[in-house]
Amino acid sequence: MGKTFKKPDVLTDAYTHYCPGCTHGVIHRLVAETIDELGIRGRTVGIAPVGCAVMAYNYFDCDFQEAAHGRAPAMATGIKRVRPDLMVFTYQGDGDLASIGMGEIIHAANRGEKFTTIFVNNAIYGMTGGQMAPTTMPDQRTTTSPLGRNVAEVGMPIKMAELLAALQTPAYITRQTVIKPKYITKAKKAIKQAFTYQMENRCFSLVEVVSTCPTNWGMTPVEAVEWTENTLLKYYQPGDYKVPA
Amino acid sequence: MAKILMKGNEAIGEAAIRAGCLNYFAYPITPQSEVAEYLVRRMPEVGGVFLQGESEVAVGYMLFGAAGAGARVFTTSSSPGISLMSEAISYIAGAQCPAVFVNIMRGGPGLGGILPSQGDYFQATKGIGHGDCRLLVMAPASVQEAVEMVMMAFPLAEKYRNPVMILGDGLIGQMMEPVEFPDHLKTEPSNKDAWASNGMDHRGSKTRNLVKSLFLDPVQLNDNNLALKAKYERMRAEDVRSAAYNIDGDYPVLLVSYGTMSRVCRTAIDMLKDEGIEVGMIRPQTLFPFPEKAVADAAAKPSCRHVLSIEMSMGQMVEDVDRCIRGRVPVEWYGKCGGDIPTPEEIISVVKARIAGKE
Repeated sequence: MGKTFKKPDVLTDAYTHYCPGCTHGVIHRLVAETIDELGIRGRTVGIAPVGCAVMAYNYFDCDFQEAAHGRAPAMATGIKRVRPDLMVFTYQGDGDLASIGMGEIIHAANRGEKFTTIFVNNAIYGMTGGQMAPTTMPDQRTTTSPLGRNVAEVGMPIKMAELLAALQTPAYITRQTVIKPKYITKAKKAIKQAFTYQMENRCFSLVEVVSTCPTNWGMTPVEAVEWTENTLLKYYQPGDYKVPA
Repeated sequence: MAKILMKGNEAIGEAAIRAGCLNYFAYPITPQSEVAEYLVRRMPEVGGVFLQGESEVAVGYMLFGAAGAGARVFTTSSSPGISLMSEAISYIAGAQCPAVFVNIMRGGPGLGGILPSQGDYFQATKGIGHGDCRLLVMAPASVQEAVEMVMMAFPLAEKYRNPVMILGDGLIGQMMEPVEFPDHLKTEPSNKDAWASNGMDHRGSKTRNLVKSLFLDPVQLNDNNLALKAKYERMRAEDVRSAAYNIDGDYPVLLVSYGTMSRVCRTAIDMLKDEGIEVGMIRPQTLFPFPEKAVADAAAKPSCRHVLSIEMSMGQMVEDVDRCIRGRVPVEWYGKCGGDIPTPEEIISVVKARIAGKE
C-alpha cells in the first residue's frame, strides 16, 4: 500500500520560523501541493516579500527572488515580461501589499500581468511586531493604535480583493481562509485555479487568504481562530470577486 | 558603417539594442523621454521588450526581476527619477545582479530644472543606495562616446554582476551629432546559470538558485560586504578610464572636467594655446572608479601650480580631485549649475586669474 499523504516535494525539510497558531504554514503547503500537482517546480520562480514570509525561500525548494517592501509585483512583472515561460508567484502580506506596495499591485493587476499573487491578510504588521496595517479592523488594538484603530483619523480597513476586482482588466480575484479544514479545501482549489490561469496565460490572479496572528493579536491560537471567524470574515467575506470570462 | 546624425537619447536606445539588450523598462522624465519614445517603436522590430512602468520605483524592480531571471536589461531616467530608483539599485547591488542605468542629469536638488547639470556626481559615485554599495559609473562627453559606453556597460555589468551607470547630462541626451555604431561587442561568457533564478528546468539543474540580499547573520553580511568591496577594488584595478588633453607641454594650470563640461574646457584650452598659455586637462571617463593616478600624475608635473575642477555642479568632483592630489598643489572648483553652462571665455578668465595669482 502506497503513501496517501506526504510532504510536497517542493517543500524543504526546514523548520519554519512562523509562530504557533499562524496559518502561513498551511498556506505554504497549499501552494507547494499546487506546484507539485501541476508539475511546474522546474519552471517556477517565487518572490518573497518583506514581512513574515521574507524567508519563504527557506521553505520552498524552487528558484526564488527576494523583493523590497511592496515591490514583489514589479519584480514579477520584470521576470514575466522577459521570460513568459516561467511560472511566477508573489507571496505577500497585508502591510507589504496593501500599504507600501499598493501602487505596484494595482498597476500589475491593471496591466493584466500573467503572474499569481498569494496575499496573506492577518490585519496587522506581523514581522515588525504588531503595528497597525491598512487592513487592521476598526477599534483593533495594535502597538501603533494602542487605543484601537480610530477610523475617523485613519479610515476604514482596505478591502484589497474588492478594490482589485473593480479594475476593468480581466483577472481572477478571490478571498479565502485556512483557519478550519472546511475552508482549507476551498482555498486549495482557489490557489490551484490561480496557478492554472497563469499556466494558460489567461490573466493576473490573486488569492487573498485571511490568516491569523495570535502573537500580535495577543490571543491564544484557538481565540485567534474564533476572532478570525467571528470578526475578520464578517468584514473580509470569502468568495470569488472576479473570475475571467 | 557610415556615420548617421542622431539625437543623443535615440542613439543611447539604439546602442543598447546593438549591445544585445532587448529588455527596456522605463518611466518618462525630461530630458531623456526620447529614449522611451524611440524604443517603443524599435523594440518590437527586434523582438524585444518595452514596458512603461507606473513609477521609477516600480521600474527599478522590473529591472531587478528581469536581471535576476538572467536577462540583459536597462533603463534610462533623469535625476529625480534616479533618486526613486536608488532603492532598487541598492537591492540589485546587494543581490549581485547586472543591470544598466542611464542618468541624463538635470539640475536639482528637488524638482530643480530640466536643463543640463552634473549635480548627481555625489549620488552616482558615493551614495547611490543605502548600505555599502557602489556603481561603476561612466561619463560620456559626446553622443559617439555615449553609444560606446552604453555598449561597454552591459559586458561590464555582467563581468562584475553589479549595476553600471552611464552618467550623462541633458546636453548629451538632447544634442544631435554624427555617430557610428561599433559592431556588436563580444561579451564575456555568461555564468548566469550559476546564480540566476531562470528556472531549474531551463538550466537542467536539480538545485534551485536564490536571488537575495538578506543576511541576518552579522558574520555573513560582513563577508558579503567584503566580497563586494573586493569587487569594487577590482573595478579600480581593471576598469578605470580617463582621457588626457594637452598634457605634453609645461602647463601652470591643470583642468579636471568630465562630460559636456570637458568639451567647453577643450575649447578654452585651444583658445589659450593661441595666446601662448599652456593648460592641460584630465577627463575622467569613469567617475567610479575615479582615475586617481592619471589626475595625480598630471598634477605632479613641476610646472603645475594650480588644479581646477570645472563642473556643472556646485563643487562635487573637486573633492575627489583634492583627494588624489593630497595637498601638493592648490585645488579649486569653478562651475555653475541649473543649465547655465560656463563658457570658454569664463574658463579662460578663471585660468588667467589663477596664473596672475588673483581671485
